[in-house]
Amino acid sequence: MRSLSTHRRHPLAGVLVLLIGLLLVGGVYAAFAPRSAQAESLADDEALVEAGRKLFLVGCASCHGSNAQGLLQTRGGQFGPSLIGVGAAAVDFQVGTGRMPLAQNSPQAPDKPVIYDADEIEALAAYVASLAPGPAIPGPEYYDTSGLSEEEIVEGGEFFRTNCTACHNSVGIGGALGGGRYAPSLEGVEGKYFAEAMLTGPQSMPVFSDDVITPEDKRNIVAYVEEIQSAPANGGLSLGGVGPVAEGLVGWLVGIGGLVLAALWITKAAMRVRKQ
Amino acid sequence: MTVAGRPPHDSSAEHGDRHGREVEPHTGDPVPDPGLGEHEYRPTDVDSAAEKRAERQIATLFGLSALLTLAFCVAYFAIGRNDTFAGTNASNLVLGTTLGLALLFIGIGAIQWAKTLMDDHEIVEMRHGSGSSEQDKAEALASFEQGAAESGFGRRTLIRNSLLTSLGVLGLPAVVLLADLGPLPGNAPRQTVWANGVRVVVDVSGEPLRLEDIEVGQLVNAQPAVFYETDEAGEPRYEGTELLNAKAKAAVVLVRMLPDDLVNPESAAKGVDGVLCFSKICPHLGCPISLWEQQTRNLLCPCHQSTFDLSDGGQVVFGPAKRAVPQLEIGLDEEGYLIAMGDFTVPIGPSFPEMYQD
Repeated sequence: MRSLSTHRRHPLAGVLVLLIGLLLVGGVYAAFAPRSAQAESLADDEALVEAGRKLFLVGCASCHGSNAQGLLQTRGGQFGPSLIGVGAAAVDFQVGTGRMPLAQNSPQAPDKPVIYDADEIEALAAYVASLAPGPAIPGPEYYDTSGLSEEEIVEGGEFFRTNCTACHNSVGIGGALGGGRYAPSLEGVEGKYFAEAMLTGPQSMPVFSDDVITPEDKRNIVAYVEEIQSAPANGGLSLGGVGPVAEGLVGWLVGIGGLVLAALWITKAAMRVRKQ
Repeated sequence: MTVAGRPPHDSSAEHGDRHGREVEPHTGDPVPDPGLGEHEYRPTDVDSAAEKRAERQIATLFGLSALLTLAFCVAYFAIGRNDTFAGTNASNLVLGTTLGLALLFIGIGAIQWAKTLMDDHEIVEMRHGSGSSEQDKAEALASFEQGAAESGFGRRTLIRNSLLTSLGVLGLPAVVLLADLGPLPGNAPRQTVWANGVRVVVDVSGEPLRLEDIEVGQLVNAQPAVFYETDEAGEPRYEGTELLNAKAKAAVVLVRMLPDDLVNPESAAKGVDGVLCFSKICPHLGCPISLWEQQTRNLLCPCHQSTFDLSDGGQVVFGPAKRAVPQLEIGLDEEGYLIAMGDFTVPIGPSFPEMYQD
């Protein structure tokens, strides 16, 4: 003990104490933390809802409340909104694209690697759907675009340009909104998630209900986006398709820069030698 | 400068400075003309091997250009219009590359020729005045004066003045023809096709809307039903340019919010159960605005980021717009479909100077 006390003013002593403290806290937490619930693939609906409720209590309740009622902050904001009535489609979209669970508090939940597997997402969706009626997970009639005619794709384009391009850009590359929020790119998004986003209006996005934009209209929109994304870039390099900023940058740097270099070469005096 | 007290010499009157002191006259340039230096030679001027090499380089560039032009002609027929290469149109890519490089190589070859092989001895070319000779000037003036005297332009004032009048009046047709630029806009900037009883229908599909079709947080891009109606002869009531002009002013967005979230009672009263109808045309410079963030209930214009709070009657909360986005009062007809209760009460789109005059 004597040797320990003589080293207590060693420059690294503080770091060592901090490390021991962190290890202790982590170890104690690991020993006492609730085990993550596992969804068993059960045919029975009630069992599925129950499995979903268990998953919900572990993974979601800290923000959305233990009854999915949403948690309010004292200053009027909320930790998480109420999920009563959002329906299975909202859960399938948010969890299925990795937007939920939220990694950090930010203006917008980005899509990221999916945490839950398909069975767990199904259970979570069943639990949230059991709270109140809401949009169900859409079937293939919303996004199965095989065998669509040119006319249907063109009509999808009209709906897309009227309703979607304002935020998602005319080629679906996404764009900025206010306050750090943005409309994400539609590139490579599965058809099912298109339909779910239109049905439920996740985050900043408004709802586009079936009564206004019918399931056939939604399917045609999906077909149009697939069409423009698979079409070759006839204009050459698309530079991300984000518009005049990228194009102007390349024009000024590469285009005008190249012209300046050419002008330097043209006017540069040739090498001189003395005539013997 | 000379030392004071030195005896004056001849030029003292012209060259004395303001204090009576003498200065030496300037002779010649303050900076001497360096003249042309000794001509220096390029490697190609003195080394025949370098000269040959430069010759070969230039001929190669011109030859490559010819080959690329031929390749352009072959590619024009050989590559299909819809073939793709590396995600782009193969025909465009090859035609552009071959013709572009062919022109570039001619240019590089010509400049290289001038820089390495063409004679580059410096020469001096003196400047000359560009005016006419004194004799020419005097002749022209005499000729003009003779013409003026013979025509009596200064003496016969009646003729002169009537000629000037007729020439002046000739400017009028140019002004009168401006009337063909179109009729004055009249009341058009203050009116749209919206009127009491016109149904609000979904843009593109033209379907009428019931209250229950629209959920909280929903955005509907809508148009007046008249664009989808036909007259007695079965022709559309609005077509072509007329349709586009009318649509450009009549486009609206319908949004539904929780009635508790609406902070502006006057604006809420113009809607039905939290469904409000606003112009889709930005009152700043007329861009279509349908970027509605349903959580903040803000409508954002993508052009200059004007932001309007639709829960507060469309008031400007950010950006260069100077007035709220106009709201259209809506109601329900006897069949339960959404209708306009009248036209907009303020002009749509960009503000104009006469806007606030009655």
